Amino acid sequence: MSDQVDHSRRRLLTMATVGTGAIGAAFAAVPFLASWQPSARAKALGAPTDVDASKLEAGQMLKVVWRGQPVFVVRRSKAVIESLGNHDAMLADPKSDDSDQPEYVKATGANRAINPEFWVGLAVCTHLGCSPLGAFEPNNQFQVAGTDLGAGWPGGFYCPCHGSKYDISGRVFKGMPAPKNLPIPSYSFSGDGRITIGVDQAPQKA
Amino acid sequence: MAATSDSAGAPQTTGLIGWIDARFPLTKLWREQVSEYYAPKNFNFWYYFGSLALLVLVNQLVTGIFLTMNYKPSASEAFSSVEYIMRDVDWGWLIRYMHSTGASAFFIVVYLHMFRALIYGSHRKPRELLWIFGCIIFLLLMAEAFMGYVLPWGNMSFWGAQVIVSLFGSLPVIGHGLVEWIRGDYVIADATLNRFFALHVVALPLALVFLVGAHLMALHEVGSNNPDGIEIKKLKDAKGHPLDGIPFHPYYTVKDVVGVAGFLLLFCGVIFFAPTFGGVFLESPNFEPANPLQTPPHIAPVWYFTPFYAMLRAVPSFAGTQVWGVMVMGAAIVVLFFLPWLDRAPVKSIRYRGPVFKIAVGIFVVAFLTLGVCGLKPPSGIYPTLAKYCTVLYFAFFLLMPWYSRLDSHKTVPERVTGHA
Repeated sequence: MSDQVDHSRRRLLTMATVGTGAIGAAFAAVPFLASWQPSARAKALGAPTDVDASKLEAGQMLKVVWRGQPVFVVRRSKAVIESLGNHDAMLADPKSDDSDQPEYVKATGANRAINPEFWVGLAVCTHLGCSPLGAFEPNNQFQVAGTDLGAGWPGGFYCPCHGSKYDISGRVFKGMPAPKNLPIPSYSFSGDGRITIGVDQAPQKA
Repeated sequence: MAATSDSAGAPQTTGLIGWIDARFPLTKLWREQVSEYYAPKNFNFWYYFGSLALLVLVNQLVTGIFLTMNYKPSASEAFSSVEYIMRDVDWGWLIRYMHSTGASAFFIVVYLHMFRALIYGSHRKPRELLWIFGCIIFLLLMAEAFMGYVLPWGNMSFWGAQVIVSLFGSLPVIGHGLVEWIRGDYVIADATLNRFFALHVVALPLALVFLVGAHLMALHEVGSNNPDGIEIKKLKDAKGHPLDGIPFHPYYTVKDVVGVAGFLLLFCGVIFFAPTFGGVFLESPNFEPANPLQTPPHIAPVWYFTPFYAMLRAVPSFAGTQVWGVMVMGAAIVVLFFLPWLDRAPVKSIRYRGPVFKIAVGIFVVAFLTLGVCGLKPPSGIYPTLAKYCTVLYFAFFLLMPWYSRLDSHKTVPERVTGHA
């Protein structure tokens, strides 16, 4: 045995100790980081919501809560439904290819609805999550929150936070801050105008 | 203080102070940091804002501690507990208004403090790290202010939180999971409020106090800059003190007390006569409880965030994502960290710099203030266009600096600081 210090051995042992300590610290951090995830109670609150939309008149809108998020239910008139295909050129994603919705809703094209009369969608702007306002009148002079929606407004939704505009099927217009169409949750009809949000439509009807 | 010094300058203390000094470097610290910290003798008005920032920090800490004694961080009780503080707690209104006005005062003081550093070149070598500590403090202060604004759980608190937290959702791949992790729920909810409270009252203040300490240590290591941008340590007298330096105490403690008096006059004026400052310091939608179903018709952050918010809004979504606006807003802060290396002028202070820099600073100030106004206004009419141009000007000021600061002319810097003796 020499009484010289073996520096390379000491360096290796120091590095091994530091390395082991760092791995231990990383593992110890996991419970703290994971404690920020939605809790078991928050997850349990994701139950479906029932809505009775049968009493809505055409041009009226209901706002209900599902999983803590606002959901629009809009009753559309025949005239509005027929005009839905007329402004595709103004839209960023008219076929909803790049948007969140169940397949059976996407399959309905410009309607974006299982039943064209009742449009259901999340009232959460795809830009930064504000809740858009209904601006259904296809009126050139229409004003919402002090903002003129411009000539040729076909009716739809307007987000007051950053000015994003959507048509009445929740399809976003071109050049808006919002990148995508309004998302549509899974939902199904049980009887005339009774909607269950959060439960998929049985496949035979689609 | 019972202190004399021998020829070597080491403290010789007796009595209680002597007893402490034998066990803790009390007199040594006092001398090094205060009574024998030599600061340039030509400080002007702009040098008030550092000590004022410290004053406001203490104000926020003290009033904040007292607010937590009556505030309840839960979604069902937060709003009413704030109203309870305002109406039923003795002097509660005063403590809350001191805290809410203090938040705005903090940003006014810090913005002016940063502007001082910009025009006098206080970020230049050897003060780069001092500047970086300051930038981190600014960043933490924004996080602290944002979370504090959520706590009253008014409608603007709720929707402000929704918008800001959603910013993280625009990041590719991890965005969605990250937002859920920050919220602790699928929406902004009780869990979000509760954790923001923990961060606002414990984690961030702790980090802020620590960083302010590091900021001051770095300052006292390198010494203060001054309006002439001259290193006073270059010329020293026989005792080794800078010729152009005077001890911080009593000279600048007394000067700063005058600044404090002036500041408190304005501060108290706002607290007593205009605590909401016409809806700018406290926005009117926040006097309604949070309503997850109803976005306020016009969302604007508190004034001190509006320049950055306007940049966010100025950038349209592109290629199916709106991450670009978020990146631009983030870059507007990040670019500040690089300022010491972007500036290539041979002189520090604006007093000796050429016309190009002076014009650039002027444009920058106008652009920044215009962005602030744009961020307060609804995104329609002239404002989105104005915000776009001003965003470009903001970045041009920083990113073109390596070129224009080198090409610019400059005057000869004197050996000694200028001004009255």
